[in-house]
Amino acid sequence: MTGLPRVITRHWGDESVIPLDGYVAAGGHRGLRKALEMAPDDVIALVKAAGLRGRGGAGFPTGMKWSFVPQDTGKPTYVVVNFDESEPGTANNRELVEREPHQLLEGAVITALAVRCETVFVYCRGEFLWPGTVLARAIAEAYGAGYLGADVLGSGRRVDVVMHRGAGSYICGEETALLSSLEGFRGQPRLRPPFPAVEGLYSAPTVINNVETLCNVPHILSEGAEAFRATGTEKSPGTKMFTLSGKVERPGNYELPMGTPFRVLLEECGGGVLGGKGLKAWTPGGSSTPMLTAEHMNVGLDFESIAEVGSMLGTGAVMVLDETDCVVEVARRLTEFYAHESCGKCTPCREGTWWATRVLGRIEEGYGREEDIPLMGEMGRNILFRSFCALADGAVSPISSTLKHFQAEYEAHVREGRCPVTGVGPGKAPLEGVASS
Amino acid sequence: MAVFEGATLAEARAIVARYPAGRERSSVMPLLYLGQSIEGRVTREALREVAELLGLTTAEIESVASFYTMIRLRPTGTHVVTVCTNLACALRGAKDVYEAAHRASDIPHGAELSEDGVISLHEEECMGACERAPVVAIDFAYHDEISPARVTELIQALRRGEVPAPSRGTAPRDFRHASRVLAGLEGDPA
Ligand SMILES: Cc1cc2nc3c(=O)[nH]c(=O)nc-3n(C[C@H](O)[C@H](O)[C@H](O)COP(=O)(O)O)c2cc1C
Ligand code: SF4
Ligand code: FES
Repeated sequence: MTGLPRVITRHWGDESVIPLDGYVAAGGHRGLRKALEMAPDDVIALVKAAGLRGRGGAGFPTGMKWSFVPQDTGKPTYVVVNFDESEPGTANNRELVEREPHQLLEGAVITALAVRCETVFVYCRGEFLWPGTVLARAIAEAYGAGYLGADVLGSGRRVDVVMHRGAGSYICGEETALLSSLEGFRGQPRLRPPFPAVEGLYSAPTVINNVETLCNVPHILSEGAEAFRATGTEKSPGTKMFTLSGKVERPGNYELPMGTPFRVLLEECGGGVLGGKGLKAWTPGGSSTPMLTAEHMNVGLDFESIAEVGSMLGTGAVMVLDETDCVVEVARRLTEFYAHESCGKCTPCREGTWWATRVLGRIEEGYGREEDIPLMGEMGRNILFRSFCALADGAVSPISSTLKHFQAEYEAHVREGRCPVTGVGPGKAPLEGVASS
Repeated sequence: MAVFEGATLAEARAIVARYPAGRERSSVMPLLYLGQSIEGRVTREALREVAELLGLTTAEIESVASFYTMIRLRPTGTHVVTVCTNLACALRGAKDVYEAAHRASDIPHGAELSEDGVISLHEEECMGACERAPVVAIDFAYHDEISPARVTELIQALRRGEVPAPSRGTAPRDFRHASRVLAGLEGDPA
């Protein structure tokens, strides 16, 4: 489509790579064979040299994370695959697993070898019944063919993979909440430090990585650090998955080199805004990342370039709003999400998100007061960086960024007593309703 | 034990054995799913028995169960229908899909379970399939790009006792079967 290089989606559309033999025939497991010939520390050094950064949202250097794992604790080391994918707008981990489950497993096994781990847990989002089943089948196949188990490919190294299905909770994607959940507790975050690499699952050293991150690892092993760095930017090497959704002609998951301008994703991959309407706003990396606007058409999609314009690359989940969408309504619906998913541990997040839904709701419905607009800004400042985990910081993004770019639209809601974009109000607007479960 | 007995008790013990020795508590979620696969939801009796299996208190198990929305402590239909209404789906008409689903299943607003007990319906947060919005799941099997007319057909099929084929993969027979898959006891939903 764009002619740009693809790495982890190069086999998409070829269903023969779903079973193990087809995966191997297409070149799979060359990375694992390479890793088995290397010293664990050399594998870590290679991933460091490649400059791979975590794709789960924060962009932390993967090789560095692995190198933090102490080897002298006398405890086992664990690897946890974060397959909880629940950031609104994000859907690429699901498709990566559905289309090439062994690519993920190969990456996970290489990671286990690098940090000298014998047990890998996959925390699979509960709702992903079918993708989880695709992965469970792949695990069974890999055991049958000696890629997993007591003696991986005759190397004498043991790697087991255990699937654990989640049960419907966004916060369980946050790494410390995930560990609480996997240990059989409520999914509430824990204080860091100690970081999971030092004290994670069962208080033992634990590496937690995102599915997309791990899918890159086999290619770094088989093709080398230089080949990995040949795409992307100096500080954000490689490719990134983008889930393009909302008001676009061709929604989809697209893999693009880091640094590709947003315009290419929207126009060449997505076919432009749905129905040829004007672009209003877009999230670069899920609902937790501040929205950008039509002004940012040429911004590069990489960690640094997005940060420069005041947002975050996050998960690469690009949700597109067109000129007919009301930003107050969008902010209200997203804030309901955070209010619903707040784990309840701390007050600014638990109470603040709920109150924000009330205030946004009344502005949206045409009952807003003039002081509500500064009040929203103040609420944001009282939640941001004052809560226990990053869920609350993410909750502020839709409010603060829409206020920043579209304050006039908020003011018009209050002044006119109805939505200046859709004309709705007073009364309920079309998107109303809180998820009830 | 009334819920975990016979073959089910053996399955429960196999679930516990997936986790390292001394870390049996990790099996609480799959055990709750196993209980749910038998009773169609998690009853007080199941909570009590999971506690007994793990040497914990019923209160400890309930505190876990009540945290997770896919563990159902309330009466639940044969099928659980979820309509994603988060942003990517809302932008492509999810609200109308949700309204149509309510009408087709004769469930009034504020209620969740149809009178005949066939369908539990609720709004869901982002289901991780945003590029195929709007998304509806039946017992966690996903149906992509759903219109109000299509969700009406899907629900009518369920009410006739049929299970419509999802967009990818195979569908579980019902919510109990889905819970069994979630307990990790079957590789295949079909
Ligand atoms: C509220 C919240 C939800 C998160 N959800 C996910 C998720 O679903 N999947 C994921 O990989 N990371 C998620 N993360 C990030 C993880 O905490 C963690 O940084 C990540 O899994 C590390 O993997 P990486 O270095 O490979 O990106 C979430 C973080 C927060 C604060
Ligand atoms: S910020 Fe929110 S989600 Fe995070 S610990 Fe506090 S209450 Fe829980
Ligand atoms: S918003 Fe509906 S699946 Fe993501």
